[in-house]
Amino acid sequence: MQNHYPFWKNLLILGIFLISLIYSLPNLFGEDPSVQVSSTSSLTQEQASKIESTIKTSGVTSKAFEFKDGRILVRFKNTDDQLKIADLLRDQMGGDATVALNLAPTTPAWLQNIGADAMYLGLDLRGGVHFLLEVDMDAAVSQAEERYTEDLRLAMRDKKIRYLSVSKDTDFIKLKLKSAEDKAAVFDMLSKDFKGLQVTEPPEQDQLWLKMSEADAREVKKFAVAQNMTTLRNRVNELGVAEPVIQQQGDNRIVVQLPGVQDTTRAKEILGTTATLEYRLVDVEHDVQKAVEGHVPVGSKLYFDKNKSPVLLDKRVIVTGDQIVDASSGMDQDGRPAVFISLNGVGAAKMGKLTQANIGKPMAVVFIENKVETNVENGQKVRHKEKLEKVISVATIQGAFSKRFQTTGLDSPQEARNLSLLLRAGALAAPIDIVEERTVGPSLGQDNINKGVLSFVVGFVLVVLLMAGYYKVFGMIADVALAFNVVIVVAILSMLQATLTLPGIAGIILTVGMSVDANVLIFERIREELRNGVSPQSAIYMGYDRAWGTILDSHVTNLVVAVVLFAFGTGSVKGFAVTLIIGILSSMFTAIAGTRMVINWVYGNRRVEKLSI
Amino acid sequence: MKKSHINFIGNRKIAMTFSGILMVIAIASLAIRGLQMGIDFTGGTLIEVGYEQTADLTALRKTLDDSGFKNATVQNFGTSKDVLIRLKLEEGVNSADLSTKVLEAINKNASTPTPAKLRRVEFVGPQVGDDLAEDGFLALLYSTIAILIYISLRFEWKFSVGAIIATFHDVIVTLGVFSVFALEFDLTVLAAILALIGYSLNDTIVVYDRIRENFRNMRKTSTEDIMNIAVNDTLSRTIMISMTVFLVLVSLFFLGGEVIHNFSIALLFGVVFGTYSSIFIASPAALMLGISAEDLIVPIKEGAELDRMP
Repeated sequence: MQNHYPFWKNLLILGIFLISLIYSLPNLFGEDPSVQVSSTSSLTQEQASKIESTIKTSGVTSKAFEFKDGRILVRFKNTDDQLKIADLLRDQMGGDATVALNLAPTTPAWLQNIGADAMYLGLDLRGGVHFLLEVDMDAAVSQAEERYTEDLRLAMRDKKIRYLSVSKDTDFIKLKLKSAEDKAAVFDMLSKDFKGLQVTEPPEQDQLWLKMSEADAREVKKFAVAQNMTTLRNRVNELGVAEPVIQQQGDNRIVVQLPGVQDTTRAKEILGTTATLEYRLVDVEHDVQKAVEGHVPVGSKLYFDKNKSPVLLDKRVIVTGDQIVDASSGMDQDGRPAVFISLNGVGAAKMGKLTQANIGKPMAVVFIENKVETNVENGQKVRHKEKLEKVISVATIQGAFSKRFQTTGLDSPQEARNLSLLLRAGALAAPIDIVEERTVGPSLGQDNINKGVLSFVVGFVLVVLLMAGYYKVFGMIADVALAFNVVIVVAILSMLQATLTLPGIAGIILTVGMSVDANVLIFERIREELRNGVSPQSAIYMGYDRAWGTILDSHVTNLVVAVVLFAFGTGSVKGFAVTLIIGILSSMFTAIAGTRMVINWVYGNRRVEKLSI
Repeated sequence: MKKSHINFIGNRKIAMTFSGILMVIAIASLAIRGLQMGIDFTGGTLIEVGYEQTADLTALRKTLDDSGFKNATVQNFGTSKDVLIRLKLEEGVNSADLSTKVLEAINKNASTPTPAKLRRVEFVGPQVGDDLAEDGFLALLYSTIAILIYISLRFEWKFSVGAIIATFHDVIVTLGVFSVFALEFDLTVLAAILALIGYSLNDTIVVYDRIRENFRNMRKTSTEDIMNIAVNDTLSRTIMISMTVFLVLVSLFFLGGEVIHNFSIALLFGVVFGTYSSIFIASPAALMLGISAEDLIVPIKEGAELDRMP
């Protein structure tokens, strides 16, 4: 029999259709605006009940409250409720937990249990920020060399090697010894403790020039990227973003994607700046006015507070930011925004000793922010380091304290939150530059989805009508196959959790137009065979048979181009390539095997006088 | 259903002349005017804002000018409520922060009752722009090489050169359209151009496939006639598939939104030229390269093995 598929083949095709149908289902369910509360250590049942009661007393009705794997997910009916509760919980939890806005899929449990999830939407569809950050490798190496310089000094002092200077210039760390006789000792020290340094002996006998070896520099660069990624991950977690993406791209770039984030200014600040606090005693012995006029006493330094009034502080620092082990934000007894600080042992001891000795004297908190701006000047990248120092509070020491204390004087709860976050999340190992930013607002994201879906539906209907009008029953069968092709593409995209972007939707739409190609080829062949006087049954058989080679050739070339596009494309263009590749492959299946099965059902196993084609 | 008998190959001089003129215009425009490169390739900042009422572009321009953004271009985007602000990369300016500053400026000095809502920001630094351009060029190069190899294996080198000529024709004429009408060439357009290569080849290969088959079946017919019959045989298929693709693209063009506009334009023109070239250019090109039945003796055997249903 010519036009008959064995039972197993029908079953296979129908099986694939059924599985695709199931796995494409999650995309039909919407998403709930929700708030996600998580912590580095799992949340306890007690905390969860507390949060639940907070929400209940707030008067906002939540759709669902889920506490699973130490994380809480609260669903709401609308984004207003969601935002209200998120702010409430942020204030309540402070630094104990991360409160993130999220869109939780409403996929039924039975679908989730078989691993069926909705497609992952790209930032251009859901809104959010995409940053491409470049780690300044030269700065990383330069910083490492500075550390070496410092270490060398210490080591030589330790080993009692007398030296005139250790200084770093653009190419080398230059070591000037008191006498050339100490060289042997230096070599000994270098080979033991400084294996990463390469030694050059300049003509000057009492000098040694040192440079980091290639391997060591490479290691430093690798470490700088890894360290920066960790820091960025910490900071992003603190920002409260659900499903952030932080990935290395190439040797020195890091991609950061923050879905749903709208406040890009804050995101940029958090990602790019380092902030710290310093505690200093106020210099009460000298006159501030004289200092402003230019006579700053030797042991003091002039600062300004937020109102631009001058403050004279002792040059010696009591505690610096790197002695801070934990920080959280909240309100003090008087309802002012405050940052609660915990110090490490060394810091605590120092703080304890100083406050003990200076009860009744004023102490100042200096807020230091390091901003790095990169400008292009004369085609060269120039980095401006900006150190903003301001006194945020001056308070009288009421009693001795050491390990835990609070700092007030911040402008807003927001500022307190940012500061505690930056103190907690650590410093960047090397400066980073934002080299690419793509932000999509939430309204545009939804717009893009709506427009994409509308143009898809209209395009689909137009093709369906054209095919049915031109090829009649055969055309309608091709239309069924076309619909299934879309289902399969969506199912595969969902299974792979590939990112769907607006160009990706365009790719699906283009696939709709192109995937009937195989059917057109087959049907034209069948018509041709019919014209040549072949019987209907044979015409169907020969049509499929002869069109196959052509279909293969033409689809493979298309596929090759799509794969190249995938390999070289970035971001949303990659999304386009993915849908194109999947579309081409699945269309070969639906347009050939799928239509054949239906045509066999309609025309196979019986006498046919005329084909509706 | 009647079979067409149009003498495409016989009239190839007309088509060649027409294409020649198109190519000259396209290449001249590309050489003189160049392409209106988007910020993806040049680097720069692009900010899209939405107002609740019609945006006053003149006031906006003045605001930006007063705030020190001298080289900002301001234009409507899609609707009269949406505005696109473009800023070039500038020396001595930290571009990463530019978008924030611009938004601050226009909302501070706004004469409108409701502030502008940020819809989209795209900032591309100079290094990234160069990288994207390089990747794009490599993609074009590698896909061309891959296609050359595949068609040479499956057919014959004269066909593969003919297919490449037809494809380049489509790409250059489409790029010419972008140059002549000063349409913005960005990453999505580049993707469209690559997709167009796939589409155009697809069309060409269907015709070539038929030529190969006809060489096998009609041993005594002249090469020119064989080609003519092949083009006519596949004509309704060529037109039909162009129609379906054209329809979805029209839908995408009118309903898909501004972001995807130039992508659709590139493909719309590409499909028209791709269809034209696979009918009028691809086969004559192979003919001029001196293709004959002998060239296909070996590939026929190879092909016969593959030409079976799975």
